[in-house]
Amino acid sequence: MRLLRTFLMRLATTAVTLFGVAVIVFVVIRVVPGNPIAMMLPPGATEADVARLSALYGLDKSIPQQFLIWAGGVLQGDFGTSITTRQPVLALVLGRLPATLELSVMALVMAVIIGGFAALTGTRLRGTRTEGAIDVANGMALSVPDFLWGLVLILMFGVLVPIFHISGRVTPSLDLPFVTNFYLFESLIRLRLDLWADIVAHMFMPALALAIPLSAIIGQLLKQSLKETMHLDYVTLSRTKGYGENHVILREALPNAILPTLTLVGVQFTFLIGGTVIIERLFSYEGLGNMAIDAVINRDLPLIQGIVILFAAIFTAVNLLVDLAYAALNPRLRHA
Amino acid sequence: MLDGRGSVKRRAGARLWLSAGWLAVLVLAALLAPWITPKDPLAQDLFLGRLPPFWETGAEPGYYLGTDSLGRDVLSRILYGARLALIVALVAGSITCLLGAGLGLLAGFLRGWVDVLISRFIDIWMAFPPVLFSILLIAVIGPGLGSIILAIVIIDWTRFARVVRAEAMAQGAMDYVASARVAGRGRLGIMLREILPNVLPTIVVLLTLEMGIAVIVEAILSFVNLSISTDDPTWGGMIAEGRAAVYQAWWVLVFPLITLFLTVLSFSQLGEGLKDRFDPVLR
Repeated sequence: MRLLRTFLMRLATTAVTLFGVAVIVFVVIRVVPGNPIAMMLPPGATEADVARLSALYGLDKSIPQQFLIWAGGVLQGDFGTSITTRQPVLALVLGRLPATLELSVMALVMAVIIGGFAALTGTRLRGTRTEGAIDVANGMALSVPDFLWGLVLILMFGVLVPIFHISGRVTPSLDLPFVTNFYLFESLIRLRLDLWADIVAHMFMPALALAIPLSAIIGQLLKQSLKETMHLDYVTLSRTKGYGENHVILREALPNAILPTLTLVGVQFTFLIGGTVIIERLFSYEGLGNMAIDAVINRDLPLIQGIVILFAAIFTAVNLLVDLAYAALNPRLRHA
Repeated sequence: MLDGRGSVKRRAGARLWLSAGWLAVLVLAALLAPWITPKDPLAQDLFLGRLPPFWETGAEPGYYLGTDSLGRDVLSRILYGARLALIVALVAGSITCLLGAGLGLLAGFLRGWVDVLISRFIDIWMAFPPVLFSILLIAVIGPGLGSIILAIVIIDWTRFARVVRAEAMAQGAMDYVASARVAGRGRLGIMLREILPNVLPTIVVLLTLEMGIAVIVEAILSFVNLSISTDDPTWGGMIAEGRAAVYQAWWVLVFPLITLFLTVLSFSQLGEGLKDRFDPVLR
């Protein structure tokens, strides 16, 4: 019961947040100087042409009126029409979403693997030089944001030792038999390992750039929790029973130490998704973020709105899921 | 245990001094830029385009770190770029800090509807992807130094507000605040004289971290070509050009990148180092 009520409360605040985001974006982009309609018409267009097209996109009405029309459309699943491509915003955005989702999830997996490995190694070898080296590497990874790691990776694996692609999502000359835009997933399902390898070679660096700061956060927090858990009596007990150090860390300490890290990963995942915007730009990766920057540069108002709302919806949804997962996983909250 | 703690402290001290040292060098370079730059950072010479750095064959004397595609001296542009980066770090960082910490203090200490209002705004802000938000803002207000600073303030105030609000709330529940209240101190007096001094170390740490973030935001915006006018040397603008021509002239990317990397690392390590200093457990 309590869980349900918490859920409903959170759902209500989420709705308020999304509404706030929509209003702010709507107002902010309409203060943009430079008429987007004038930009899309050929140079010889008359005032009347501009006025007619403005009316077509509803840009001749007042901002509150425009908002009501737009919000009414959104509730029916209509996000308007992109000004530059003249295609429905929803179709454009959903077409790019899989690319960004695949990139984010791959980055998350990388971060969990690297961070988890660093924390476990650091715990196993505590007190040695290796632990010190891991701490220093963690500190570096944490201090420098994804954008700079992306550039460092481009220089290392794109120029110095060119083993990965530095731009795009897939080699353009390849023939793609895909029906969805989940290239990575679909190539695996279809067992087209040649295509899969090409896609991974494109995704590897942007995903790693996004993963590095998060892996440091995971590594630091998990190691801290492990350290605290290792001093507890039940761990000492299992050690006196004669279990080896690896068993003690992996089977006894880890399951109890992992909960705070899980919560943090959820929250940090939204930051990672936000980071895709500039990382996709840096690697010319054809995802939502790259499309968003183009939309801003082209003053494509309906498209900007659609993308920002979608990002905000993803952020709030992830946060909601994390809270629920935490409530469900944490026995103290479940029975409260 | 004890010697371990000592080595942690020594390491923290070393990184504090190293980062402060790099930042001091940067400030000096920015102040002295007109006197120490070997070339005019804006001077173009197409006959001297894409010269390699001095140790490579084909280098020209005087162009120590090579030139970009328009023949502009990379070293001179980095030194002038330091001016812009530091101005953004100081001004944007300080204004963000004042606004964010102020709102956080009000929300955390006054509670009630003020807290509800400010917290709701923080929630909405947290739902925006920050990079996209900043690009959007710059597109709206137009490029320029003032716009960049304004965009950073608008986006990042929540970093301060969230933490300071939580701290102020925790401090407000403590006995010394209650005794100040009993002693007849006014609310404003308690907030500024009792709570603020106790939250100040946290604010200083956040400010240092924010300066590093501001430098990055400026670089990202000039990378997307939305920063200052395209002529003025900025690290981000140089990086954007270097990224485009990375196979032809790696030095146009590498040197500004190293500078930016060290600067961001220094601000962050300085912040972390100060945190350790202030942290009673480590001390």
